[in-house]
Amino acid sequence: MLEAISFGDTGWGDEMLMGAFWTVAVSISSILLGLVIGIIFAGFKLSSIKVLNLIAEFYTTIIRGVPELLVIYLLFFGGGGAVMYVAKIFGYYGYIELQPFVIGTLAVGAISGAYSTEVIRGAVNAIPRSQFETGSALGLKGFRLYQKIIFPQVARLALPGIGNVWQITLKDTALISVTGLVEIMRQSRIASGSTHEPFIFYTIAIVLYLIITRVSNIVFDKAETRYSRGFVKRKIT
Amino acid sequence: MRFELMYDSFFKILEGVPLTLEVVLISTFLGFGLAIVVALMRISDNKFYSVPAYSFIYVIRGTPLLLQLYFVYYGISQFSFVRESILWPILREPFWCGIITLTISTGAYSAEILRGGIQSVSQGYIESGRALGLGRVSLFFRIVMPITIRQALPAYGNELILMVKASSLISIVTLMEITGIARTIISKTYAPVEIFLVAGSIYLFINFVITRLVKYAENRLSIPST
Repeated sequence: MLEAISFGDTGWGDEMLMGAFWTVAVSISSILLGLVIGIIFAGFKLSSIKVLNLIAEFYTTIIRGVPELLVIYLLFFGGGGAVMYVAKIFGYYGYIELQPFVIGTLAVGAISGAYSTEVIRGAVNAIPRSQFETGSALGLKGFRLYQKIIFPQVARLALPGIGNVWQITLKDTALISVTGLVEIMRQSRIASGSTHEPFIFYTIAIVLYLIITRVSNIVFDKAETRYSRGFVKRKIT
Repeated sequence: MRFELMYDSFFKILEGVPLTLEVVLISTFLGFGLAIVVALMRISDNKFYSVPAYSFIYVIRGTPLLLQLYFVYYGISQFSFVRESILWPILREPFWCGIITLTISTGAYSAEILRGGIQSVSQGYIESGRALGLGRVSLFFRIVMPITIRQALPAYGNELILMVKASSLISIVTLMEITGIARTIISKTYAPVEIFLVAGSIYLFINFVITRLVKYAENRLSIPST
């Protein structure tokens, strides 16, 4: 049994760690994509243009009301076709096959983006109007106003919510094992198939996820403390 | 868009709705019972109860549901003593493995929701109940639980929607519910967008009905404002 989880050619220890690496890698790229989507769609939701409101509402309702697995199937079976369709417009007629990592990032990023949209929208809404007014009184306009006054405050208010989104995103990456990316889930399936020790490998997978969760909790706590410098910590009773 | 295909597959996918609802209803019902027990253990002053409850919630919330499903379906059945036990007829079935996994999962998430609700019941109510001579059990079921349910209902409504979405994972262990049928049709017809729209609308409709029902229950339970 120890041989099965040892490192090197005979054991699966190093492969499992590699799986953990891919889980973290695809989670990070997904949450980054999700944050970009979130900032754009939060802007849409807060905009005074009705069409943009509708588009953003449509997107978040669908993603949050439909199973993640279905979204992943849509991207997995339809993602390549969509990219080729766009490529045709630009005059490229060849066959394009997307890598599992790219499909995974697109799918989980799209899911993560819907949750980030709500978090960011909530954070922007929580900033008092006077902050915007003070900014423009100081002569800051458009992007500068957001860069100097609004974003730093949004970051602080959104951080706990983004921590939750990270947790959801990390767990959603397990689903992209169906697309063939060898992350923790798929690696433990392969390993347990070849050694006939599913119990051990799924237990290792559980431990790996818990370690990643623990480490990311510590990182987010640190970041929250850092962004809350200058604020008195409210004590409840 | 292939509308004819969408029309045909709509009725095919609809056949998966009963299984989805069955799995969600059974595991939500069992999970609620589990959640009450775990929540009470979690808020207990006795470490002997609170530490296992806390660890249970931590492990379940920190790992993907798919992994939990694989653990139950493939991991546990590895051992011959499990295969020889009287539980084997249950653990052998993908259906019951799905129910067990979803029950455990919703049990952990709902326990946290219930804990928040229970802790929000003010001390005054509990003291009043005691003054009326209620014992521990009837105090819990007559005073604490009704207030908790009212408090926790909005969050619990979200959990119900998450359960409907989570039930799609059982398609991976060969059960043909909505997502399972949708996947089969996609791989046969190669029309991912059309099938996604059809299956997605069915899920959105189910979740819409749940949202309405929870809203209705909220209104019924809320204290009329004066």
